[in-house]
Amino acid sequence: MASITINGTSHDVTADPATPLLWVIRDVVGLTGTKYGCGIAQCGACTVHLDGAPVRSCSVPLSAVGTKHVTTIEGLSVDSTHAVQQAWVELQVPQCGYCQSGQIMSAVALLDRKPSPTDAEIDSAMQGNICRCGTYQRIHAAVQRAAEMKRAIA
Amino acid sequence: MTRFLTTVSRRDFVRVGLVLGGGLMVSVYGCGPNGEELQTGTTPDGSLAPNAFLRIDTNGNVFVTSKHLEMGQGVHTGLATIIADELDADWSRVTVEGAGADDKKYGNSKIGGMQGTGGSTAIANSWTQHRTAGATARAMLITAAANQWSVPAAELITEPGEVVHAASKRRATYGSLVTAAAALPVPANVPLKDPKSFRYIGKDKATTPRVDAKAKSNGTAVFTQDVKLPGMLTAVVAHAPLFGGTVKSFDGARAKAVPGVVDVVQIPTGIAVLAQHFWAAKQGRDALVVQWDNASANTLGTAEIMAQYRDAAQKPGIGIRNDGDAEKAIAGAATTVEATYEFPFLAHASMEPLNCVVELKADSASIWNSNQFPTVDRGAVAKVFGFEPEKITMHTVFAGGSFGRRANPHSDYVVEAATIAKAISGRAPVKLVWTREDDTSAGYFRPAMLHRLRGGVDAAGMPVAWWQRVVGQNMMIGTMFDSKDGKDPSAYEGAADHPYEIANVFLDAVFPKVGVPVQWWRSVGNTHTAFAVEMFVDEMAHAAGKDPLEFRRALLTKDPRRLAVMNLAAEKAGWGTPAAAGRARGIAVHKSFDTYVAEVAEVSIVNGVPRVHKVTCAVDCGIVVNPDVVRAQVEGAVAFGLGAALYGRIDIDKGRVVTTNFDRYRVLRHAEMPVVDVHIVPSGEAPTGIGEPATPPIGPAVANALLALTGKPTRTLPLVS
Repeated sequence: MASITINGTSHDVTADPATPLLWVIRDVVGLTGTKYGCGIAQCGACTVHLDGAPVRSCSVPLSAVGTKHVTTIEGLSVDSTHAVQQAWVELQVPQCGYCQSGQIMSAVALLDRKPSPTDAEIDSAMQGNICRCGTYQRIHAAVQRAAEMKRAIA
Repeated sequence: MTRFLTTVSRRDFVRVGLVLGGGLMVSVYGCGPNGEELQTGTTPDGSLAPNAFLRIDTNGNVFVTSKHLEMGQGVHTGLATIIADELDADWSRVTVEGAGADDKKYGNSKIGGMQGTGGSTAIANSWTQHRTAGATARAMLITAAANQWSVPAAELITEPGEVVHAASKRRATYGSLVTAAAALPVPANVPLKDPKSFRYIGKDKATTPRVDAKAKSNGTAVFTQDVKLPGMLTAVVAHAPLFGGTVKSFDGARAKAVPGVVDVVQIPTGIAVLAQHFWAAKQGRDALVVQWDNASANTLGTAEIMAQYRDAAQKPGIGIRNDGDAEKAIAGAATTVEATYEFPFLAHASMEPLNCVVELKADSASIWNSNQFPTVDRGAVAKVFGFEPEKITMHTVFAGGSFGRRANPHSDYVVEAATIAKAISGRAPVKLVWTREDDTSAGYFRPAMLHRLRGGVDAAGMPVAWWQRVVGQNMMIGTMFDSKDGKDPSAYEGAADHPYEIANVFLDAVFPKVGVPVQWWRSVGNTHTAFAVEMFVDEMAHAAGKDPLEFRRALLTKDPRRLAVMNLAAEKAGWGTPAAAGRARGIAVHKSFDTYVAEVAEVSIVNGVPRVHKVTCAVDCGIVVNPDVVRAQVEGAVAFGLGAALYGRIDIDKGRVVTTNFDRYRVLRHAEMPVVDVHIVPSGEAPTGIGEPATPPIGPAVANALLALTGKPTRTLPLVS
């Protein structure tokens, strides 16, 4: 039995300590917004935050989570009003949508660290998130748009 | 195309004409009506449902049933837009749900009346049908209001969600009228709107935003991967490492010892490990000991297969097109050009690896999945269970991409899920989950292909001969689409009917037998034919010392729509003006799925690798329902095709796929995305496809830019090895 905190709620979970965080989130806790894409930290579909830092949850064992706080797409906002989510809808980013939770979590972590990222910083932060529908152009613009929205609020 | 028609049989033409893009289909199911059989508007809850595509409840909410799978292409939004426009619905109250499986209700007239999503046909086949569906409901609501107010129906108009009588200033919401409307006979031959009064069709994203954008930005959109049923087990399968391999023997003891593993069963395609969750099932699979029987398995690698194709390209194939005398014209030409282009196997590699949920009961079953061919899949599952297909309920959820893969003619992964459910006698619902490696190793690839081209140019620099031999697997063999005449028209679609006005044209095709499963992949044969044709045109222009754009213009005098997109893309890209230092432009134009697309790529070489900076696209897809969705599809298709052109290659070594995950099967990533600038040609023609047609031109546009930049043609894909 391990205890992990996801989106501010503590969960007692029974799972092998080697179980990747992704499968604890999806199959044990039951939050399905975080997606499985590759299992080897190559596609970014499973991106969540550990104490605010983006990680590929498919490659983080439960034992490595400890007391760190996990944030998933479900924990960003209760009503899709996070600036990044608003920008995603405004620019009509998603196509199939499967990778977008991971894309959004990477973008949120970037903007938390760098409120006004350069193009190169966006490229670098988003390079680990694959989108097979090819929504990259809109993702890039939406990150910039979200940065603008966040600055306007700040 | 007219010329093409004279060289192939009518039957072939039907097959070519119906090529689907994520799939290929012919009228094997008989041409049923288009699901527009109008019955009754009455429903038990008083809502109005005059046809299979929409229902309006007493609160005025509009529920559209999508007969097409939403796999990212925006079809839920597109179909809803068409219905909402003719209905004069309030867009904010429109919800879209996936349909079940029913050829009669949801048949696709572009694929012989079978229900199916593919070939970029969704909007094209639904256009009049869905306009009629919306207009019919609107007419019934107007009649209901006219009866209620005792005024002539002709005095009534509609505004979003309301019927209005201007003279008496009366208004009634659709919700308040549906129960009365539902009791009326469903009218036939309802007039459709004058396109000038379209409220939603052709309007931008502020008016009709995607219906799924929000759910896909907050994690609530449900994919097969997310379906959870009480007591459900997750199954992971050990598949034969070689295509055609089978289980000789296995020992499941160690797998069963993994905590969480519930059962280990043999099925026709391997050994399935069932567990309480994915990770236990995968650990269990890793612990299996399996002996495989490879006696009838493919043991060739991609190197050997391509060597066979090179040999095959030296021998005559099945004649497809023969205008004039290409051999003689080449012999007499001032300049001759020869090229052989080689194309690798490609995986679809959708972000959501393949999966399927099956709940088997005593005499019925339910499937949760995202099917491009729901009735085909249902039929295949019915055979596994020995039920009538009608006993199986298909629940269609979002697909995390597909690009043709979820239109498997053998229903491969769906049948596998069903065999597992059967093997445990339906004791629990089963979710089959393929790992990324399973998905990429399972085959049904875009076939590896080889095109051998020879051309002749006269003293004035104009082409006089075109000779082409296409070599590659027949992807129809063993499917319900097999013509049994040895031909696979998808292998030469877009090549045999190339539009360039050249007096002597020859094309034949060779179909070697190879034991690697192959299937349609976004834009099907156009993925390689457009490259071979458009690259070779540039090679001839290069040999003749002509500008590639001018060279094409002179050869396309009878193809105004193709010429128009080419000229528009060239103009918007600044063709003829100098590119930035170190960059060059390349152009390609191709028609697929009745849509014309031209692309100009601006390319440089950075650290020895092509860098695509900008792609300017012009597209003519007839009337545009959702311009922003069209732009998104073009942007996405460019990225999909560019990733394949730069990096896409499945390698097989001694029969085993070695490029099984994204570390070795490279796809386009964020920083490699060019600026994609999309220009839509205004049109009054009926809508044509948009999910696929922007894929074919990007590879040759980039390769042609590299030819301009370096003087060297690209003969083998991918560009980066």
